[in-house]
Amino acid sequence: MTFRLEPREHTPVWLNALLPLLAVFATLVICSGLIKLAGASVFSAYAILFKSALNSRFNLVETAVKATPLILTGLAVVVAFRAKFWNIGAEGQLLAGAMAAAYLGALKSFPGWSLIPLMIVGGALAGAIWAAIPAILKTRYKVDDVVTTLLLNFVIYYGMMALLNGPWKDPLSGYPDSPDILPAAEFPILLKATRLHLGVVVAVVATLLIWFLVRRTTLGFSITAVGENPKASSYAGMSVSKVIFLAAAISGGLAGLAGVGEVGGLHFQVMAGISPGYGYTGIVIAMLARLNPLGVIPSAVFFAIIITGAEAMSRATGVPVFLADVIQGTALVTMLIALLFNQYRLRFKRVSHE
Amino acid sequence: MNEILSQIFQIGFFAALIRIATPLIFGTIGELFTERAGVLNLGIEGIMMLAAMTGFSTTYFTHSLWLGILAAMVTGVLAGLLMGLLTVSLGLSQHVSGIGITLLCSGLSFFFYRLIFGQPSSLPKIKPFEVVPVPLLSKIPIIGPIVFDQFALVYIALIIVPVSAWILYSTPWGLNLRTVGENPRAAFSAGVSVTAYRYQGLAIAGALAGLAGAFLSMAQYDAYTFGVISGRGWVCIALIVFGQWDPWKSAAGAFLFAFIDALQLRLQASGVIHVPYQVFLMMPFVFTIIGMALVSRNARVPAALLKPFRKEER
Amino acid sequence: MPVPLLEMVGITKTFGTVTANDDVSLTLYPGDILGLLGENGAGKTTLMNVLFGVYTSDAGLIRINGQQVRIRSSADALRHGVGMVHQHFHLVPCHTVLENLMVGQKGRGGRLDRKTVLDALSEIKERFGLFVEPHALVSDLTIGEQQRLEIIKALIRGAKVLILDEPTSTLTPQETEGLFEALRAMSSEGMGVIFISHKLQEVRAITNKVVIMRRGKVTATLDDIENVSRHRLAELMCGHEIVPPVKDPVTPGEVLLSFRNVSTGGTARSRLKDVSFELREGEILGIAGVSGNGQRELAEIISGMLSPSSGTMEIKGQEVGRISPRYVQSLGVGRIPEDRMEIGLITALPLKDNMVLPRIHDPRFSRKGILKPRAILDFVTRQMKVFDIRAPGPEVRTGTLSGGNLQKALLARELAWDPLVLLADQPTRGLDVAAAQFVHQKFLELRKSGRAVLLISEDLEELFTLSDRIAVMYEGRINGMMPIEEATVQKVGLLMAGMEAAA
Repeated sequence: MTFRLEPREHTPVWLNALLPLLAVFATLVICSGLIKLAGASVFSAYAILFKSALNSRFNLVETAVKATPLILTGLAVVVAFRAKFWNIGAEGQLLAGAMAAAYLGALKSFPGWSLIPLMIVGGALAGAIWAAIPAILKTRYKVDDVVTTLLLNFVIYYGMMALLNGPWKDPLSGYPDSPDILPAAEFPILLKATRLHLGVVVAVVATLLIWFLVRRTTLGFSITAVGENPKASSYAGMSVSKVIFLAAAISGGLAGLAGVGEVGGLHFQVMAGISPGYGYTGIVIAMLARLNPLGVIPSAVFFAIIITGAEAMSRATGVPVFLADVIQGTALVTMLIALLFNQYRLRFKRVSHE
Repeated sequence: MNEILSQIFQIGFFAALIRIATPLIFGTIGELFTERAGVLNLGIEGIMMLAAMTGFSTTYFTHSLWLGILAAMVTGVLAGLLMGLLTVSLGLSQHVSGIGITLLCSGLSFFFYRLIFGQPSSLPKIKPFEVVPVPLLSKIPIIGPIVFDQFALVYIALIIVPVSAWILYSTPWGLNLRTVGENPRAAFSAGVSVTAYRYQGLAIAGALAGLAGAFLSMAQYDAYTFGVISGRGWVCIALIVFGQWDPWKSAAGAFLFAFIDALQLRLQASGVIHVPYQVFLMMPFVFTIIGMALVSRNARVPAALLKPFRKEER
Repeated sequence: MPVPLLEMVGITKTFGTVTANDDVSLTLYPGDILGLLGENGAGKTTLMNVLFGVYTSDAGLIRINGQQVRIRSSADALRHGVGMVHQHFHLVPCHTVLENLMVGQKGRGGRLDRKTVLDALSEIKERFGLFVEPHALVSDLTIGEQQRLEIIKALIRGAKVLILDEPTSTLTPQETEGLFEALRAMSSEGMGVIFISHKLQEVRAITNKVVIMRRGKVTATLDDIENVSRHRLAELMCGHEIVPPVKDPVTPGEVLLSFRNVSTGGTARSRLKDVSFELREGEILGIAGVSGNGQRELAEIISGMLSPSSGTMEIKGQEVGRISPRYVQSLGVGRIPEDRMEIGLITALPLKDNMVLPRIHDPRFSRKGILKPRAILDFVTRQMKVFDIRAPGPEVRTGTLSGGNLQKALLARELAWDPLVLLADQPTRGLDVAAAQFVHQKFLELRKSGRAVLLISEDLEELFTLSDRIAVMYEGRINGMMPIEEATVQKVGLLMAGMEAAA
């Protein structure tokens, strides 16, 4: 018996839904080894992890709040990766959006009602501009996008830290935090006495819009085509540079929105730890969603659960909280393997040699 | 101004420059071997992080520096082989696989560090590598203290550049490796196993990335911190582009980067320019991007880079 | 009877549901030049890839010099003295000839062994008259030289059996003769040669025995092809007699496409130099030439991918100012590109998307950037029916379709817009007979309805059957153009090799 992979003509719908679930299951099984290694019971650790994220109204809301930036960075990666613009820079674009929001939200010269729309537009624009740099470098100068988007994360991070330690430094406390945004700029709360803010709505609306963009517009069509084969797309009359640039800008804009939400709805200022790697998690989320915009929501919620639940689990069992990071990395790898079965089927076969 | 310059460009500056370049040379030369075979290993950042941790921990408990180095290199090789499983055997996207390896390895390094050391009030430390002056040569004025009064690993890094150039361009193994990276079909039909060479390239890249990570946590510093690598792996990948996939030019790129990094450290320390120190930290990254933009248009990319090879493709 | 050099017995190989080789056997004796004949898709290349270790057969065995061997990689094949020259050369363009020859070879004292290879190179020059300058870059070689290099590569590795896959398809008739001389020299030294081809004439000229394959099976093994009629051979290959397409007389009308003194950038050999021609209604203009002599540049200009550095292109009397794919299409150009898998179609996308790819901005398929999914689906379903595209449905992943169906899809896409001029670059390369006939039929229909076809092809037979006029390209120039009545293979061959047209 040997086996081999054979290309599929179609991917059945049920398989599309099943593959991410299988990948998640495999990930949890693999990572259970680490829990054991840390001397905890696998079942109780996972039980605490999931329960603590879902077992009360408060925790559910917290998970949703956590999912908000993840949905947006996930969408950012979906759009970019569909065009094979390897945007690993959602992290930096998020920071760009956050800084723009913190700046605009503190502007006293503008009428209060205009601040929130201003932050949303300005934050998205800031993210888009930050993503446009590697897009131009790629299309104009053929500079590898992976490396530039990654390096730009460091550039903007240090830039932000310089701001926080310079012009934005709190003159009284000396803390490296930006000044608070004005009360009028704070996102409205959707559920009383919780932290569920306008950003959730922004994320859900963005998901629907991106779904429409991908499935129903010529731009979405072109983005997919350029991603799969730029040569054939340009033969078909598409401007590959323009499409990549637009995909990058939309991607950066979405990541920028993630930053706006964190500033406007949660922290009301910028500080060093404003993003614990949401941009990188966005990559895992997008892959788990199979680059389908609608898949981003469940996928983001899953990782929101993992990230929030991991802290409670760590407190209760002593398993390092970084299990959440390992789960992210493992999920990306297992999903990638699972995707193989999206395109190929495994066929076992008897071989009669000699 | 002259005073500042003469303050900066002292022997200590150039010695520091070489030390800063060392992990970059390891990472870049290693990555070169896998890229010349046609596999981009974006896992290098995570591999360096994990190896910095395993190397440090091994030395912490065994008190043997070289055992730590060995552990770091083994860590790198294992991660490289995992990358090989994904990209060579299964033919998955090299970009996404590499990012997966980086996320996985950095997650593991945080996880195990916390598991082993908990959250102690003071940073666990080892007795790091010490400087080994080369007899006689270190007595040469100026050159001696800069080049020949360094860690043993620095000497290894300086030797590895010509050795790898020789291997790539003058040995059958190097020619086969380059052919695999340019046209795997040509290699295959000449009886060369594409899979074997790609795995070998990844293993070498892993081992040297491990060495780079270990250098940082065991020679440059005496402890492991979560920020110990802070983007140096990505810089290595940029340096290869800058060096046009050539060991000599890539190593030159490493020295250029180290020069800017050493310069910003001195400027920070000199306190003559009053800006937050993060502005200086930003500089090497900005220059790296500019450097890439200057050379990328004429890049000599291995033709089969990023392309999986399936023997039976019709 | 001497011991056979090579025996393949009962080879079976399947790909998914397709059986590419079904219980195939052949025998090769020392000195044999065996012709492996068959149409595209008959399984010739698959069989040879099994012999060369690229594919592993599902059943069957291989004997070399009477000994059974297992060949699981090309390394195994080379060790057993089997060498292969693939249709697409396996060379590294940015390496030197010498480096390409040294790949996979042992070194001396850990270093590359240049001397041994150079010695072997001069020995091969002595014995077979084959030579390539060792220090030249492969990218600087002509196609003929690259092929010679591939043969030398196999010989240096000690090949006793040499497989050549369609070796003459990119050579001029004169270069082909040179190749044959070398093959005869090999045969006289007791080597065996397997010559894959679908060109009857060449097979008759060089081989001493023939194995004919059809649909994965051997239909005949013939020892004296001299006495088998061309008719009978064609029948064995195709299962039925090939009926040449009927070419109705058509009077050319007004000029639809014209080039006036067009020059382009590019490599010295392939860039266009002062090219002028006219193509009229009801006309098929065939472009002959060894590949890399400017055909690609010509096709790219008409496709809207390349702007001339000087000179102009006119479509129906209108000068095409800013050349772009969308603009030339809007002026009535249909395009069948040379490489349908890489340029024409996006194989990873559904068939549906590919059928509307170049026209997605047309009001028929989208409005203000919003797609009309219903209209797209209707269009695709209809075209699939009209052009008899055999696919499970519009959503099928394009790359899983057969070459014939892919080409039909391209035709269905382009002809839906009733183009004035159809550019067809190697339109039947790799297609089976039925699919090729379908394509040819469509071209003749276009011609009859007063449209024009520019047919670029390396298949002289195709050019001679379809064209009204033939133009020959050499080093970026049109080296001669003649009505089909005046064209002969000999004449076209000389022009392809750069000779001046003998008046």
